[in-house]
Amino acid sequence: MMERIWDERIQIVAVILFTIGFCTLLVHKNLLKKIIGLNIMDTASYLLLTSMGYVEGRLAPIIRGGNTDPSAYVNPLPAGLVLTGIVVSVSVTALLLALTIRLYRHYHSLDLDKIYELAAKEDQNER
Amino acid sequence: MMYFELLLLGLLVICGITTCLSKNLLTSLIIFMAYSVIMSVIWALLEAPDLAVTEAAVGAGVSSLLLFLTLRKLKSIQRKEEENEKKP
Amino acid sequence: MKRSLKELFREWDADRFDLSVSGSVPQKERPSPLPPERYDVIPELEETIMRRFHRVVPVLTFLLGLTLSLFLIMTVLELPAFGSSDSPVFNEVFTRYVQDGTEETGAVNTVAGVILDYRAFDTLGETHVLYTALVAVLILLLGFEKTDPGIRTPGYEVIRQDPVLTTCAKLVIPCVVIYGLYIICNGHLGPGGGFCGGTVIGSALILAALAFGFDSVERFVNYRTIRVVLVIALCFYSLSKGYSFFCGANGIESGIRPGTPGRIFSAGLILPLNAAVGVVVSCTMYSLYSVFRRGRL
Repeated sequence: MMERIWDERIQIVAVILFTIGFCTLLVHKNLLKKIIGLNIMDTASYLLLTSMGYVEGRLAPIIRGGNTDPSAYVNPLPAGLVLTGIVVSVSVTALLLALTIRLYRHYHSLDLDKIYELAAKEDQNER
Repeated sequence: MMYFELLLLGLLVICGITTCLSKNLLTSLIIFMAYSVIMSVIWALLEAPDLAVTEAAVGAGVSSLLLFLTLRKLKSIQRKEEENEKKP
Repeated sequence: MKRSLKELFREWDADRFDLSVSGSVPQKERPSPLPPERYDVIPELEETIMRRFHRVVPVLTFLLGLTLSLFLIMTVLELPAFGSSDSPVFNEVFTRYVQDGTEETGAVNTVAGVILDYRAFDTLGETHVLYTALVAVLILLLGFEKTDPGIRTPGYEVIRQDPVLTTCAKLVIPCVVIYGLYIICNGHLGPGGGFCGGTVIGSALILAALAFGFDSVERFVNYRTIRVVLVIALCFYSLSKGYSFFCGANGIESGIRPGTPGRIFSAGLILPLNAAVGVVVSCTMYSLYSVFRRGRL
């Protein structure tokens, strides 16, 4: 059992990081902290994906000297998928930050509970 | 190499927890930047150099920069609010 | 400063976890624009229940996270072992990509071959995601300064011409731009490609804007050029890849040759597509910085 855990250390660290990001996303009321938690969750899942394609002792998938033997290179497919994911996550972060700035301008608070409260008051005000 | 990897993984978890728990937003942003750099080194160890370069440029560079800029903007809005309240 | 986990939780409990913007300056209560009696919709009982609920939430979340991580770790232990080559990830797709990738696409870097040739449609969508995010950020933040002039604090937009920063930037910016161009042009030969190269060039533009002010950058990168260049790059990507897909689907000779692997001008469409992606990414990064910094492009 311990040996198995030792062998899978990178994936276990990825799971722990995912949980940390998840808890940050749930517990913190601050919107910026929530965005950071989302980013941590992103990178944790990318770490898990990348570790699936790794093989002990093999090299990065850049063909050297015309050697196209598949048993010499790691899997290029997870790397390609994760490359897409990193750029998408940065655009999501930019969008969330822009939304945060707009919310702060309107409600002058980063606290999500306070924002809910103020929004409910505004609704009543309109009625 | 094994110990280096273990050190990096431990630092990664520590950075994640301190980012979650630190009180000051600026501190947690800087720790998040360090987290991204450590992640890019781990990807270089996992034989994915493309990912390492991209994460170092995007995650540690532009993403953190945008977070810092947002913090600055929020602060300036806050300061302006205070001035507006003082004026009348 | 030494504090135990218990104390941390107690602080959380007492709502003294200061997460205001500066961390030191406490958040001020906004004066309510309405008379207060209209706000008393939440009865006192409900309020106490809510307060108790908020006290329990961190503990519950901690327990939830613990169980979640336990379940996930059990799942991970059931997955194929880390670092072994007999996992189902290494199937015929992997073999095809590594064995015939260089011959079919001409790219020495298999990852570039995968994302810009075999799965180019994926990358096209990703580039459009970046573009859409930029458009959404522009919609959210542009034109807001006009209606709300109070946001502009004195000294916020003014950039100090620091001599140290200016001299260093003069030395560093050409190197950074050349490095970014190298990464883009070398995308099919080694690690790199349009995404990181574009980000590096975008950060060079950001550094120039920081050191010399936006006016000097605006002489060659302004709203007009960004708009035109972005649309041209996206159209070039869509049209050239559409042509390649059309020819491939109908069995027509497309005239795109993989060339000699290892040369700069090889690998068919990968180099121009890398350049297009790099242009899109660098323009997007600089525009995001500009919009977040001063509220306009």
